[in-house]
Amino acid sequence: MYLNIIKFGEALFESRNLFAEAAWLTLKLTAVSIFIAIFIGLFFALIKISKIKVLEWIANFYIFIVRGTPLIVQIFVFYYGLTEIAMISGFWSATLGLAFHNGAYIAEIFRGSIQSIGKGQTEAGRSLGMNRSQTMKRIILPQAFRRALPPLGNQFIIGLKDSSLAAFIGLTEIFGAATTMGANTFDYMTWLLVSAVYYLILVFLLTLVVSFIEKKMAASD
Amino acid sequence: MSDVREMIRVEKLNKSFGALHVLKDIDFTVKESEVVVLIGASGSGKSTLLRCLNFLELKNDGKVIIEGKETDPKKDNLNEVRQKVGMVFQHFNLFPHKTVLENVIEAPTQVKKIKKAQAVKEAKELLAKVGLGDKADVYPSRLSGGQKQRVAIARALAMKPDIMLFDEPTSALDPELVGEVLATMKELAKEGMTMIVVTHEMGFAREVADKVVYMHDGRIVEVGEPNQLFDNPQEKRTQEFLSSIL
Repeated sequence: MYLNIIKFGEALFESRNLFAEAAWLTLKLTAVSIFIAIFIGLFFALIKISKIKVLEWIANFYIFIVRGTPLIVQIFVFYYGLTEIAMISGFWSATLGLAFHNGAYIAEIFRGSIQSIGKGQTEAGRSLGMNRSQTMKRIILPQAFRRALPPLGNQFIIGLKDSSLAAFIGLTEIFGAATTMGANTFDYMTWLLVSAVYYLILVFLLTLVVSFIEKKMAASD
Repeated sequence: MSDVREMIRVEKLNKSFGALHVLKDIDFTVKESEVVVLIGASGSGKSTLLRCLNFLELKNDGKVIIEGKETDPKKDNLNEVRQKVGMVFQHFNLFPHKTVLENVIEAPTQVKKIKKAQAVKEAKELLAKVGLGDKADVYPSRLSGGQKQRVAIARALAMKPDIMLFDEPTSALDPELVGEVLATMKELAKEGMTMIVVTHEMGFAREVADKVVYMHDGRIVEVGEPNQLFDNPQEKRTQEFLSSIL
């Protein structure tokens, strides 16, 4: 099997409707799961640094489970597990699976960046009469979030690419569309490369968005 | 003089960090408008004593009485006590993500819930007073150390505290920037602010202090007026300390 540039270009062009729809699904999977994962991550980061032993254990256990098992297993557990107890679509199984997974990594990113903010910042806030949560919300978290952005951007990219695993529970996102087309045409190579083009574009756009936010937040430098 | 209000009274204060006994039976009072300077070698406990006064460190034993009211960290709202006791840190601890003005209005608007327009007006007056009226919209990263410390003073003053604590306010500054911060502090003393200052600036202590406290190894060794303590120290350890630094 050799690669014919013209044939590849035609495939790319003619499949644009299918893949536009698939890319839209990939984007939705990524955006919604990352959005949820940020809240999960923040929640577990805060309880991990809460100095309350029970909460710390819960956070550590969650991170232990997520890091210790493959994402594909987690997605299938959500898919078969959740569809048994609730009427839940494949989209939400995949989204929640991805959020559950990314949340653990984001928790560790937030924890690290919160702990990297010097103790003096907390002391300054408290010495002015601000309470613990005001100090966290207004002084520590804005600075921590800024420091978290580069690794967070990285995690977003990983999340976007990992959303391809949703194909295995029947979602026609980019990778799903490619394997379907591959099976139909007996030409997997062309369609996998087409999917690669879409992933490259999406990752590139995501990188732009993250660096735009980074620049905006660098105003105080 | 006996009717002057007592701002701080510390009785038999003890503080340990694990096995390290940092403050030993400290007795200490500060009256209204008094400027008290704490001196002593590093590790003598002066900063810890200062930090016990606004409860950034919690005592193990003894009493801390602020404006006639004994404060129990377990029962009382420390955030309320801290509003009366401002603090300036060695390393400024300005909020780097906020402009100078935002640094100053943060606590008045968030803690005292003062209207933003009013807080801004007061903050600008304070910034003008410390000589930084033109820096309101600048981020701290653009300021020199001396300017940062003056913003930190304005930020603490914005809460209208009755007492100001200074924890080595000039120790992190380049020598040529020390003067501007000390000048701001002198002005504050002249206005009658009650101040407790941990410093190595003996010139400042001599000129501004009403009372100098020498600490050694977690204890108060000697207390006196500056002239008396610097020129005629009674305790042998005070003599040794002064001869080692002067």
